[in-house]
Amino acid sequence: MSDEFDDLKAAMTAATPTPDAAKRAADIALAEENFARLQGSTVERRPMSERGPMARLGHGVKTMLNAMTTRGGLTLTTGLVAVGLVLVLPVGQDLLKPPVELIEPGAVVVTLDADGTVLEERTVGPTLGNETFVDALKAPFEAVRKQEEAEMSDDLGAAPDAMVAEESFAAPSAVQSLGRARAESELLPVPEAKRLVVPSDAIALPESDTEAFANAEESSLKVTVEEPVSTFSIDVDTASYAVVRSSLTRGALPPVDAVRVEEMINYFPYTYPESTGPDPFEPTITVMPSPWNAGTELVHIGIQGDLPLVEDRPPLNLVFLIDTSGSMQGADKLPLLQQSFRLMLAELRPEDEVSIVTYAGSAGQVLEPTSAAERTKILDALLRLSAGGSTAGQAGLQQAYQAAEGMAAEGEVTRVILATDGDFNVGISDPDGLKDFVAEKRDSGTYLSVLGFGRGNLDDETMQALAQNGNGTAAYIDTLAEARKVLVDQLTGALFPIANDVKIQVEFNPAAVAEYRLIGYETRTLQREDFNNDRVDAGEIGAGHTVTAIYEVTPVGSDAVRNGPLRYGDGEIAGEAGELGYFKMRYKMPGEDVSRLIEEPILPQQGAVSSDVEFSVAMAGFGQLLRDGDYLGAWGWGDAIDLATRARGEDAFGYRAEAVTLMRLAESLSK
Amino acid sequence: MARVITIVMRMATSDEALARAAAGGDRDAFSSLLSRHYDRVFGLAFRLTGRREEAEDLCQDVCAALPVKLQAFRGEARFSTWLYRVVVNAAHDRRRRAAVHAKAAVSWGEVEIARRAEADEAAAAQDWLQSAMAALPDDLRDTMALVLEDGVTHAAAGEVLGVSEGTVSWRVSEVRKRLREMKEAEA
Repeated sequence: MSDEFDDLKAAMTAATPTPDAAKRAADIALAEENFARLQGSTVERRPMSERGPMARLGHGVKTMLNAMTTRGGLTLTTGLVAVGLVLVLPVGQDLLKPPVELIEPGAVVVTLDADGTVLEERTVGPTLGNETFVDALKAPFEAVRKQEEAEMSDDLGAAPDAMVAEESFAAPSAVQSLGRARAESELLPVPEAKRLVVPSDAIALPESDTEAFANAEESSLKVTVEEPVSTFSIDVDTASYAVVRSSLTRGALPPVDAVRVEEMINYFPYTYPESTGPDPFEPTITVMPSPWNAGTELVHIGIQGDLPLVEDRPPLNLVFLIDTSGSMQGADKLPLLQQSFRLMLAELRPEDEVSIVTYAGSAGQVLEPTSAAERTKILDALLRLSAGGSTAGQAGLQQAYQAAEGMAAEGEVTRVILATDGDFNVGISDPDGLKDFVAEKRDSGTYLSVLGFGRGNLDDETMQALAQNGNGTAAYIDTLAEARKVLVDQLTGALFPIANDVKIQVEFNPAAVAEYRLIGYETRTLQREDFNNDRVDAGEIGAGHTVTAIYEVTPVGSDAVRNGPLRYGDGEIAGEAGELGYFKMRYKMPGEDVSRLIEEPILPQQGAVSSDVEFSVAMAGFGQLLRDGDYLGAWGWGDAIDLATRARGEDAFGYRAEAVTLMRLAESLSK
Repeated sequence: MARVITIVMRMATSDEALARAAAGGDRDAFSSLLSRHYDRVFGLAFRLTGRREEAEDLCQDVCAALPVKLQAFRGEARFSTWLYRVVVNAAHDRRRRAAVHAKAAVSWGEVEIARRAEADEAAAAQDWLQSAMAALPDDLRDTMALVLEDGVTHAAAGEVLGVSEGTVSWRVSEVRKRLREMKEAEA
C-alpha cells in the first residue's frame, strides 16, 4: 500500500519551509568568508563550531601538515599521523569521509559532458594545492571512520568490535576477604553481562566506589520487664538480597551495611494461609524452638496479602523516571534497564498508561502518556535513550510527578518508577530535601518505587529513603532474571498496594518471656506511640505480597537468659504465663486516612512449622551470619545450609536453590 | 602509461566541475555552487531535524564547514550525494553533541507534544507528519529524510548513509509497515 507513503511524502513536502532569504544570504556570505580565509591564510584556522580540545588538536595537526609540503615531509607526517591515530580517534569523526580511491600524481583526469564532448583534460601533478597530501591523510582516517560507524550502528551492548573494558568492583570489606588465599582461588570469572561497552566518543572513567547503604546496629536483646513493647514498620523491599547476591557472585562478601536481614527473608515468596475475614491480609503466628540456641524460641509472624483477580485490578498509570546520566553507561545499567522494562511492558494491559521521563542534566519527557497497547511506540522511545551528562535528580522527579498527576484519575493506581544507579549529584542531593518532596507528593496519591541498577554508585540510603517516603518498594536489579522476578512475577505486588502504613506492635508478657529481640527491621523501628499515630508513615503491602518478622524470645526460667537479675530492682513479676505476648497490627486501606486494627494473642506452641517457616528462619540465619551476628553462638554456615536445604520445598522458580548456592559461596569466602 | 580517469557530467556547467574548481581556489565557482544547492541542503536539514530553527542551525554549520570539506571532494561520487552525506553527518554530530551536553532534544516530537497541549485541530495533517516521524528510530528517520526527496534513489540514499541499497529498501518497507499500523490504530 503506497497510500500512507505518498501521504507522508505529500505532508513532508507541504511542511518543509522555504529558507528565509536573509538567513540564506548570511549563510552563503559566511561560507564565502571561510573560503577566502582558507585560501588566504594557512596558519590560522577559525573554529567552525563548538568543538572540544580533541577537534582543535585535529585542526592543529592539519595546519602543521599544510606547512610541510615536500615529499619527505609528507611521508613523515603521514606516518606520524597514522601512529598518532590510535590516540586521537575523535578527530576522525570530525573529518569528512571521502571516497576511498586515491588519485595518484601523473593520472590524467578527463571530464566529459553528458553527450561525450570533452570538457577538460588535466594531469594530476605532484602537489595540487592541498589535494595530494590530504588524500594520504584521509585514507587512514577513512579506515577509522568505517570502524566507528560500524560501532555506532550496532545495538547497545551487542557490538563485538566496540571497546570493552572490565569494571573493577571492590566493596570495602572485600579487600580483606580477597586477601585470603582461599578466596582468590574461588574468584568467579566476571559474567558477560558485567562488561562495559564504551561509545566511541566517550572516555571510560574508572568506576569509583561511592556506595552507601542504609542500615543500623543489630538490634540488641531487650529485657521484657524494662521494655515490653516492640514497634516497627513492615518492609517488603528486596534490594538487600539482590545486593548480597551481586557481591557474592563477584567473589566478595557483601559489606555488612548492605545486609538487611528482613529484606533477605522477604525476598522469597511464601504461601502463608490467606485471609478469610474482611481484612486484606491475615497474620499467621508460629512459635518454634530456635535452631541456633536450645534455650530460646522463635516467634514467627507471617502475613499473607490478598491477590485480587486480574480483571479486578484497577487501571495503572506508570511513569518511568529514568536516569540517563553518564554513569548509567555500563551494560548492567541502562541496557539492562531497557531490557527489564521491555519485559514489564508485556505484562501491562491496554487500559494501563505509560510515560517516560528522563533526567540527565535537564529533565525531559521522552514519551507522553501512551496506552500500553502501543508497544512499538513505547519500546522505540525506550530504546532511543542513551546515557550522557550529569544528574539533576529533583528536576526529573518533579517532571515525573507532573506527568503522573496528568494521568491520574479516580479509581486508578498511579505510580512513578524511578530507575537509577543511585546517583543524584546535581540539584538537591540532600536526602532529607528529596524525602520531604516525595512525602508531600505521596499524600496526593502518587506512589514512588525505586529500582537500583549497577554497582559502584549505588546510593542505597537515598533509594531506601525515597521508596519509604513514597509509599513504594525498593528493589535492586542485578540480572535480567531478577528483573523478571521484580517486574513480571511480582509485578502485581510491586504496583498494586492493598494496604498502606502497616505497623506492627508486639507486647511481650514478662511472666512468660524474659528477653526478646527482633531479627532485622533495624531501620524500621518506630516509637511506641507511633503505633497509634496515623500520621506516622510506614510500609506498604502490595497485592500478593508476604511479610515475615521473626522474634527470638527467651522464656522465663530458661538457661539462655543473658541478662542477670537487677540488684536494686523489684525481682517480682506479676501476671500469668498463659500468653507469650500480644500481637497488634494497624493498616490503612488505600485512599483512607484512618487505620484499622488487627490483634491476637501469641500462645506458646502456637502454629504448625511449615517448610516456609523453616526456610525463612534459615534466611534469617544467613543474614545474621553475613552480619557477623552476636547471637548465633556456635551455629555456623554448615547448619544454615542444612536447614535451608531441608526446607527447600517445591521451589518452583529455583530461588531457594539459588539461596543455598549463595550460602555455600559465602561459607567459602568467609574462611 | 598514465591512468585516464573519465568523469561524465550531466549538466552543462556541472556541479562536479564547479566543485573541483572551487577546491582549486575558484571563488566564483564556490559561490555559484553553494547558491545552487542551498535550498536542497536546507530541505534535507529540515527533514532530518523536524524544526525550522534546528534546520537553520544545521544549514549554517554545513555552510561554514563547506570550504574545508570541499577540499576533500574527489569527484567520483555525484556532488549532490557527497553534499547530502556532509549534511547527514553534520546532523549526527549535532545529535551526539546534544546528548553529551545534555541539551533538550529539539526535534521531531517536541512539536507533537506542544500540539497535544494546545489541542489544535486545524493543523491535523502536519501533526500526523510530526507524530509519524517522531515515532521512528533514528536510522529509519534519516533514511526517510533522504528518500522523500525527488530524484534520490534507494541506491543514492544508500551511498549517503553508507549502507547497501537493499538495506535502504528494507528500511523503506519497514516505514511503510509502521505507517500502516499507525493508520489502523487511528481508524
